[in-house]
Amino acid sequence: MSNVGIVIVSHSPKIAEGAADMVRQMVGDAVPLAWTGGDVDGGLGTNVAGILEAIEAAWSPSGVAILVDLGGAETNSEMAVEMLPEDRRARVLVCNAPVVEGAVIAATESSGGSSLAAVKRSAEEFYA
Amino acid sequence: MSLDRVAREKLVRALAGSVISHADELTSLDQAIGDGDHGLNMKRGFEAVLAALPGLADKSLPEMLKAIGMTLVMKVGGASGPLVGTFFMELGKALPEEPSRADLVAATEKAIEGVKARGRSEAGQKTLLDVLVPVHAVLAGGGDAKAIVAEAVQAADRTTPMLAIRGRASFLGERSIGHMDPGSRSASLLIGAAVETLEFEVNT
Repeated sequence: MSNVGIVIVSHSPKIAEGAADMVRQMVGDAVPLAWTGGDVDGGLGTNVAGILEAIEAAWSPSGVAILVDLGGAETNSEMAVEMLPEDRRARVLVCNAPVVEGAVIAATESSGGSSLAAVKRSAEEFYA
Repeated sequence: MSLDRVAREKLVRALAGSVISHADELTSLDQAIGDGDHGLNMKRGFEAVLAALPGLADKSLPEMLKAIGMTLVMKVGGASGPLVGTFFMELGKALPEEPSRADLVAATEKAIEGVKARGRSEAGQKTLLDVLVPVHAVLAGGGDAKAIVAEAVQAADRTTPMLAIRGRASFLGERSIGHMDPGSRSASLLIGAAVETLEFEVNT
């Protein structure tokens, strides 16, 4: 059984990469992980193509949890999920949690072999 | 309403031109209450739409609208990409190749429902829905081209005193009051461009 993948989406590629570094420090290679940030020209923003690539890179049969920062990251992530092949769509969830803390908590939960729903719940409960 | 290839290309150029020529204005509106990228983002998206010409206009009207929507989703980069892109994609899905006015009313209603679902928003929250919903009402009520364009302009103006409840501007709370919503302004520009082009085509 493979662990749930984690995708980090920030308007800032630096934040996305930095959050991914923090996740790696916590869970090593036990969890499939990818990050994406910036618009298609490299400015601050998010883009659907980048999010789709990150989901592919962090893909796990157990599913993928996406952590996002602000509004556009969430809207673009939801759009990306809808554009996935139908059999994958239900196995990708966008978490309503702070991006850095949520990513670390979600990855830690995933590294213990938890389900996608449990990973999402852990990330969301931390600040609830 | 039947749009031939030339008319479809004219429509695409008018839509893109309306946003691109107002990019600076959209950006300055967004600097007041958002993250200041709306003009740049929309310009990038519509430049990508223009780059898809002339092939884009070879498609049927519904297919062309879907392709515009997909390009905006992939290129715009902010929340407006999925929002405006969803509008075009849903419009393309719902419109027949030669739509009647009733078809247009029904299809724009579906497209607006798509935008509401995408943004989990309703009219009254200082978003593009505050233009789309009242303009749709004028369209559905039989308003002519002039009335539709006038409503689009006035509806964007009416977002100025509104309190933002969705989007980045909502972080500002009451400080969002007194500034026009940039997304409403771009929606109003797109509607103006579409109506002017379509009216010209229908009347000639």
